[in-house]
Amino acid sequence: MKTHSIIIAILFFSISITGQNKGLEVAKKADAADLGFESSSVSLTMVLTNRNGQKSTRQMKTKTLELSEDGDKSLITFESPRDVKGTATLTFTHKVGADDQWLFLPSISRVKRISSNNKSGPFMGSEFAYEDLSSQEVEKYTYKFVEDKDGLIIVEQDPVDPKSGYTRRLVSYNKEKGYRIEKVEFYDRKNSLLKTLIYKDYKTYLDKHWRANIMTMTNHQTNKKTELTFSDYKFKLGLTDEDFSQNALKRAGK
Amino acid sequence: MNKYIITFFLLILTTLLFSQEKDEKKVIHDFQLELEAEYRYFFDEGKFADQSAHFPSLGIKPKYNLEWNKGRELVNFTGFFRIDSDDKRTHFDIRELYYQKAKGKYELSIGLKKIYWGVTESNHLVDIINQTDQVESFDGEKKLGQPMIQYSYTTNVGTFDLFYLPFFRKRIFAGDKSRLRFPIVIDKNDIVFESDAEEWHQDIAFRWSHSFSIFDIGISNFYGTGREPIFNFDQLGNITAFYPIINQSGLDLQITHDAFLWKIESIYRTNTFQDVFAFTAGLEYTFSNVKNSGIDISLLGEYLYDDRDEFALNALQNDVFFASRISFNDVQSTALLIGGICDVNNSSKIFSLEASRRIGSSFKLELEGRLFSNISDREFVLTNFENDSFFRISLFKYF
Repeated sequence: MKTHSIIIAILFFSISITGQNKGLEVAKKADAADLGFESSSVSLTMVLTNRNGQKSTRQMKTKTLELSEDGDKSLITFESPRDVKGTATLTFTHKVGADDQWLFLPSISRVKRISSNNKSGPFMGSEFAYEDLSSQEVEKYTYKFVEDKDGLIIVEQDPVDPKSGYTRRLVSYNKEKGYRIEKVEFYDRKNSLLKTLIYKDYKTYLDKHWRANIMTMTNHQTNKKTELTFSDYKFKLGLTDEDFSQNALKRAGK
Repeated sequence: MNKYIITFFLLILTTLLFSQEKDEKKVIHDFQLELEAEYRYFFDEGKFADQSAHFPSLGIKPKYNLEWNKGRELVNFTGFFRIDSDDKRTHFDIRELYYQKAKGKYELSIGLKKIYWGVTESNHLVDIINQTDQVESFDGEKKLGQPMIQYSYTTNVGTFDLFYLPFFRKRIFAGDKSRLRFPIVIDKNDIVFESDAEEWHQDIAFRWSHSFSIFDIGISNFYGTGREPIFNFDQLGNITAFYPIINQSGLDLQITHDAFLWKIESIYRTNTFQDVFAFTAGLEYTFSNVKNSGIDISLLGEYLYDDRDEFALNALQNDVFFASRISFNDVQSTALLIGGICDVNNSSKIFSLEASRRIGSSFKLELEGRLFSNISDREFVLTNFENDSFFRISLFKYF
């Protein structure tokens, strides 16, 4: 009897280890499949829809610098609403520890270092939290393989950072299409389904980089929705660290 | 004065524009216009005769940007024009008009520009490059465009900035009808200069700034005509004022740790007549996404010290600042800042309220309130303002 339970326990333990390894493996494959874009830029439009169907729009431009030894660097410039036009943010993502973030306020030409502590808060009043939009580094989650069904691999990702707004995310990877993500389900701190993110209208760039042109985030608890539309993707722009300095942040915002 | 600056810089700009024409590939133009309808109301009767209570006003801010060479070369223009029932507040300024070129690690800017240095919220000690647009705002955050040549070089050990400032901009002071004024109305041309070169004293400034790990540090030095005039009050209440030649060293440091921002700014200023030591130090803590409401609540506290004592022009000589900033992070970006500055030695207090909210997609509403409370007789500057509590409402339209 005792030996049986020990064997069962060992069995479960090894299964869960395999589950972790397999999940991590998928995340690493997905990460590796997208390596090598060096730098990119894209324009995006964010349409917020409240529960009465009223819409409001934000437009921004993002530049990203791919780094392998540490997380990516990114620069976001806001185009609209017009009262925030010229506001820009510079983020240095770190694989381990808090990200570094600066905000440029054009009205007084001030660059302000801000805390990256706020992970779960809404980005520009949208259904996207800051953590949904930051660079997705493999090290930021622990993984559990869930299932492999019709070419879709579902992996549970648990955020390492206790300040995350989620207990877990269920991510569907498309194995056939360079491990691109098709869907993410977000579970809140009480472990109930909070949001679903659907990736649509994928295109490949430079023969290997899959980018969705439309991402729709639906909040099931508030019935609000945010749709992101990407346009004018560009890769291998020859950008360097100098294009992601505080001087570059001031140049971008105006 | 404005005429000289405009001609001088237009000349430089045209030369530069033409010389750069061969590299031009894709030129991006962008024009923006901001209109503001403002109303200020002072609820107590003025301390001095002729002071008004109601100040309706209109503001116009056109902006034009031109960029090419993938954004590495640009020309930025920001103009500003205000029409106010107070004619001293009716003014025009070129906030920015400069050409900039970035290449690898260096950046060069030529023209009228606005530079901001510093980290604290209640007082801006190290920020010295631009003259304050005194009539435009109470908090001194609005600045006049400063003619300059700025050279910036970024290295692994920080950014080095060198400024050549060939021309000085005079501060504009409140007039007869205006509130927030001294008993004697100061005309900007009444203030004399220590230097015989007057506005044409050639000023220079240097700054080293570096961001590493949780630290953001800046060390700066300025030599030239002080942006703040020195006032002498005689027994009869007469004021004489002049702009001294100063040497000012500044330090600003912010440590960003989790939800804490620790801040310090300090200056040491010397001139023939006085040495000034001042610092502002404090912290900011943010409770983000409180109870999953999306609302951020920040608490701010700062201590302000200035060894000029009650002669400090900004009246912040030994004071404590406390405030709370609430960002609703809603679709309309509603934000609120409530706070106060209390003198440690006497009863003087200034309470503040600032709020803003977007309306639709191209309007914004702003509210500001300042309340002067129990101003002590010992305050040379603030006693003049004790009846000048006010509120302001502004509606902005963006095109």
